[in-house]
Order: sequence, then C-alpha cells, then structure tokens
Amino acid sequence: MTYNFKEIMNKKERLAPGHRMCAGCGGTIAVRNILRGLRDQDQAVITCATSCLEVSTFMYPHTAWQDSFIHNTFENAAATCSGVQAAYEVLRKKGRVDGTYKFIAFGGDGGTYDIGLQSLSAAMERNHDMVYVCYDNGAYMNTGIQRSSATPLYADTTTSPVGKLSKGKPQYRKDLTAIMVEHNIPYVAQTTLFRNMRDIHEKAARAIYTPGAAFLNVMAPCPRGWVYETADIMEICRLAVDTCYWPLFEVIEGQWVLNYKPTNKLPVEEFLKKQGRFKHLFKKGNEQLIEHFQAEVDKRWRVLLERCGS
Amino acid sequence: MSIKDRLSGNEAVAIAMRQINPDVMSAFPITPSTEIPQTFSSFVANGQVDTAFIPVESEHSAMSAAIGSQAAGARSLTATSSCGLALMWEVLYVAASNRLPIALALVNRTLSGPININCDHSDSMGARDSGWIQIYSENNQEAYDNFVQAYRIAEHAAVRLPIMICQDGFITSAAVENIELLADRDVQGFVGEYHPESYLLNSKQPLAIGPYAVSAYCMEAKRAQLEALKNAKQVTLDVAKEFAALSGREYGLFEEYKLADADYAMVIIGSAAGTAKDAVDQLRAAGQKVGLLKIRLFRPFPGEEIAAALQKSKVIACMDRTESFNGRCGPLGAEVKSALFDAQLMPPVINYVYGLGGRDVTVEDFITVFAQLAEIEQTNDGGKKYRYLSLRE
Repeated sequence: MTYNFKEIMNKKERLAPGHRMCAGCGGTIAVRNILRGLRDQDQAVITCATSCLEVSTFMYPHTAWQDSFIHNTFENAAATCSGVQAAYEVLRKKGRVDGTYKFIAFGGDGGTYDIGLQSLSAAMERNHDMVYVCYDNGAYMNTGIQRSSATPLYADTTTSPVGKLSKGKPQYRKDLTAIMVEHNIPYVAQTTLFRNMRDIHEKAARAIYTPGAAFLNVMAPCPRGWVYETADIMEICRLAVDTCYWPLFEVIEGQWVLNYKPTNKLPVEEFLKKQGRFKHLFKKGNEQLIEHFQAEVDKRWRVLLERCGS
Repeated sequence: MSIKDRLSGNEAVAIAMRQINPDVMSAFPITPSTEIPQTFSSFVANGQVDTAFIPVESEHSAMSAAIGSQAAGARSLTATSSCGLALMWEVLYVAASNRLPIALALVNRTLSGPININCDHSDSMGARDSGWIQIYSENNQEAYDNFVQAYRIAEHAAVRLPIMICQDGFITSAAVENIELLADRDVQGFVGEYHPESYLLNSKQPLAIGPYAVSAYCMEAKRAQLEALKNAKQVTLDVAKEFAALSGREYGLFEEYKLADADYAMVIIGSAAGTAKDAVDQLRAAGQKVGLLKIRLFRPFPGEEIAAALQKSKVIACMDRTESFNGRCGPLGAEVKSALFDAQLMPPVINYVYGLGGRDVTVEDFITVFAQLAEIEQTNDGGKKYRYLSLRE
C-alpha cells in the first residue's frame, strides 16, 4: 500500500474547523487522522465519551461532526457504540439502512483506562464490528489535569502534585494496549502523531476495515497538561517513539508486529525534559528518579521486543 | 381472538416482547427479572424473533447500549430489577433527555442494603424523577397488557419518551396465574412498525445526539421534556381505549374499586391491590363503605384526576411499598397529599409503609388499616400520620 501524504491530508475533513479544542491539542490531530482512515464513500456513526473532545465539538446548537454522532456519558462509549452497531446489523437485514456504515468510538484515557474500562472490555469481548480509539493524553485534562491510570510515573498533576513529600505520581502507568491484546480481538495497535502520519493513518484504516472489534491507543499530547510550547507537539511525539517510551506496534490476529525500531534509542530524559510536568526531575538530587523512569521504559521495551520476536 | 394460558409475570412479558419482535434487546441477569431475558434469548436462539440480543456485562451497559440502538433507529428494550435499575440511574436520565422511547420491563425488588431479593418499590420509586413514563401492574395479565401498550405510548409523536412497565418481584413475576394472550398478529398490528423521524443511521440526514448544553439552553430542554411527559397522560388513555377495543380489557390512569361512595379510601400500587380488594369486599359485605384506588400511571402523576376521584372520601390511607427517608411520608403519600392540597381537599391522610423487602401483607392487615381509618373519623383524632404496617416491634 503506497502512502501519499498530500492526498491523504487533502481528504474532506469529517471534523469541521471551528470547534473549540485548544491550539496544539494532540487529541484533535489524532481524531482527524483516524477519520481519514474512512473511505470517502462510507458513512460513519461516531460515539464519544464525555471528554474535552465531546464538550468542545458538540456544544448545542453547533456540531463539528459531519457524520452522525452520539455522546452518552463518561464511562459508556463502548457500550453505546455496541448498541448502535447491533442496531445497524438488524436494520440492514431488514433493508432499512442505505449504504455502508462504520462505527468509531473515541474516549480519553480517563474514559478508557479508568471509568470506561468495564464497558470497553465487554464490548471488545463481544467482538462488535467497531473501533475503539483511546486518545491518551495521560490525565483527566478536561476537568483540570488530574492523574489517571495512564499518567506516567512522576508526572506532576493536580491530584498527584509535586510537593515537599511528593515527587509527582508514585505509580507506573497501566499498559492498556497489552490488556486489550489479551482480549484476543482481531486487531489492536498503538500509535501516535509520528512524522508524516503514515503510521496512524494505516492503523486507522486497518482497524476500521477489519471485521470485528479493534482497539487503537493513540498517544495525544496535551499542551496544558504536559506544559510544552504548542509548536513542539510533533517533536515531543517523535521523542516518545525514539526513546521507546511509546513504541509503535500492532497485533494482528494475535501476531505482535513492531512497526518501528529506532536505530539510535534515545535516553528517556530527551522526552521528559521538553515537558513542564517533569521539570522537578531535573532538579539537583533527583537524578535517581530519571533512572527509575528509564529502567521501566527499558523493561517494557524488552518485553515488547520479545513479544514481537525482534 | 384471545388465547388462554397459565404463565408467570416474567413469561407473560417475555411473550409480549416476542410478539412485538423488537430490533435490539440488551440485558444483564438479576433476580427476579432474569427469566425475562433468559426466555427471550431462547426466542432469539430459535429464530422466533429478528432481534439482536446484546448480552452486556452490567445494567449500566444494558441501558447505554439501548440508548445507542434506539438512537440508531432500532426499537429497543431491556429488563431489570432493583440494584440493576440503580446502576442504570445515570443513563436513565440520558435516555429520557434524548427523547428515546425505550421500553424497560421492571420487576420491582428492594434496593440493598441489607441485601434482600424480594419485592418492594424502592427501585422504581427512586427512579421516579428520571423522566421516564412509569406504569404499574397488579398481576401477570396487567403486566402483559401494559407491555403490549408500552411502545404506542412511548413512541407517540407528542411523547417520545422511555417507558418503564413495572410488576412486583416474585409475587407477580414468578407466580403462575391464568392469563389471556392476544394473537401474535393482533399484537403486531396494534403496536405497528417503528419509523423514527430522526435517527443516526439515516443516510439522508446525519444526526448528532447528546450535546453539551450550556445554561442558555439546558433549562428549555428540560421544560420541553416535561411538556412531552405531560402529554403521555392523554396518550395513555387513548391507547387504552384502542386496546380495550382489541382485547375487551379496559385500562385508565388508575383503577377505582368500589370507590364512588366510599367513606374510607385506600390508595395503593401493584400486586397488594389484589389483596386489598379482598379486604374491601369483606368489609362491603359487612356494610362498610370502603373503596380502593389503584395507581396505574405514576409518571406523569395524574394528580387532578386522583383528587377528583377521592373528593368524597372522609379518611384516606396511602400505601407506600418503599421508605423515602424524609421522616414524613413515602413517595405515593407525598404525591396524593400534594394533589389533594391543590384541589383544596383536606381529609385526614394516613401514610402506611408496608411490605418492605417482601414482608407479607394479608387481607387482615388491610382490614386493620380500614378499621384505623374509621376510628380516626369517629374520634376525630388522626394520631400518627406516618405508620408502618405489620412491623415486628
């Protein structure tokens, strides 16, 4: 499959401009690139968990969504989407729907790793023909940057604040992508906004057009929560991948595939130092914290290489 | 043409569902409603319906999936009880706000704790302000008849709201009684096909559902929802009239039993009404002017009509099968007293709590209640206005 950057980027936007998402928001870029995975002739129903994305794109009486869209609550995007998809199957058999529809649910990491995990797990286990996309910005950004189970070790958030007795979040982040792989669904992938967007585009298209359940975990930086200059987003994503903090891989029918192996694996501090949420790690006396962080990244990278047979 | 059978309340509702042949059912097991999705699953497995059955992992997801499928344009339903309804709480409001005419077969059971699987009305009464239409049934026949009428009320263009058809856990849901069923084609003809005006899978007109509504719009949305709910009252009567022509069985907003000339009236909901009618019959035979008003439609609450029906009653007993923990009255007591007050009627009203967690209630218990009403009138002493019936003290 050839990837033509210009052609893909010039596809008709399915998330119209004029929504209220922040400048430099990784979530918006992720969503637009996922939607580019849809074939132009196909229609979609988008489900969205309560999130920045939902409250900023569908504020009555305006919507930025060109396709049909449903928001229900915080924790039930997967269950809601499964209901829409089941309705489609029945109504199509009865001849009451025209054309081909695809079903994509979006949730942030709070709505996916935490409060929505039960609903997601069950919808995936039932293997509905749908894609669940987590745009993972590593905290509850919509409510003001509270820690989630996706928040990385030592990140400064409003509920894991750095203080006299605190170095930020004391726990490691949950590996949700691996958890979803264990559901034995047809397709799971991890991606981010990397270079020319080929990786996210191809994974979106594959997820959308794989029959059955698919899950995509997309790292989507948040300038407010991560504290970086908005123009730096692509560089931060590149560093996440080149430090192996956020590796790019996919699992197709149970087969683990590593999509990118950096020729020069960078130290994780290259990724950390760009972000204000980690600035305390660079104070004198905190060197061992970066070592802990590096050790965890290395451990997870080794496990991934083993799984991928690389 | 009617078909005579013997069925439990759960079986009766499952058969109504089969006859309706809805598009999507999402459900999760919980005692005592489990038998409904279980029976319906066998209809799906045997090709007796065209329905997609979604075996979800919780009641929250059952209602969430129903919201998705109904919004997509599919006639949808679920069944639950007790804590299952409580787990749905958040999304019940969403279903109503989105104006989705989902039908829910509720088998009334108490809420934890202490954990108890038997009947009272704390589940549906807790959800009474969620914006759903609520209809209560006395027995299996009523549960069946009410379910057959449900979509005609919920889907009416002037209403478009979700509807909860309630029956009492075990007492009605598990007890096998005689029943008259309608023919499948009669039910299908009566209910008709579902053709929503706006839905997600309409390729000619995409739809966005569930917006963030700022203060400038939120209040108007709630008010529009209220107007639709109020319309459900007349629609319920109109649908009942058509149903009577089909079945020969008549329904209203409530049932009046020997009430017209009653000095002492009892207002009650659900299966205990049958027991209370026996008490009324015994006392009538002894020459006492007692009567009963059995609630059918609780949301919207037909307050004016109920006040008018009670206007000649000298003393009234309101029977609540739930505790509302306000220290003054139960939900039915509060509604009835408010309706009487607005109609400038001021009879003594005694609010009884009875039957919590499946506590048995007998004909003798109700005879005691009527005796207390008579004593209040004779002594002109109301005593305690809020009482517990057959409590072990």
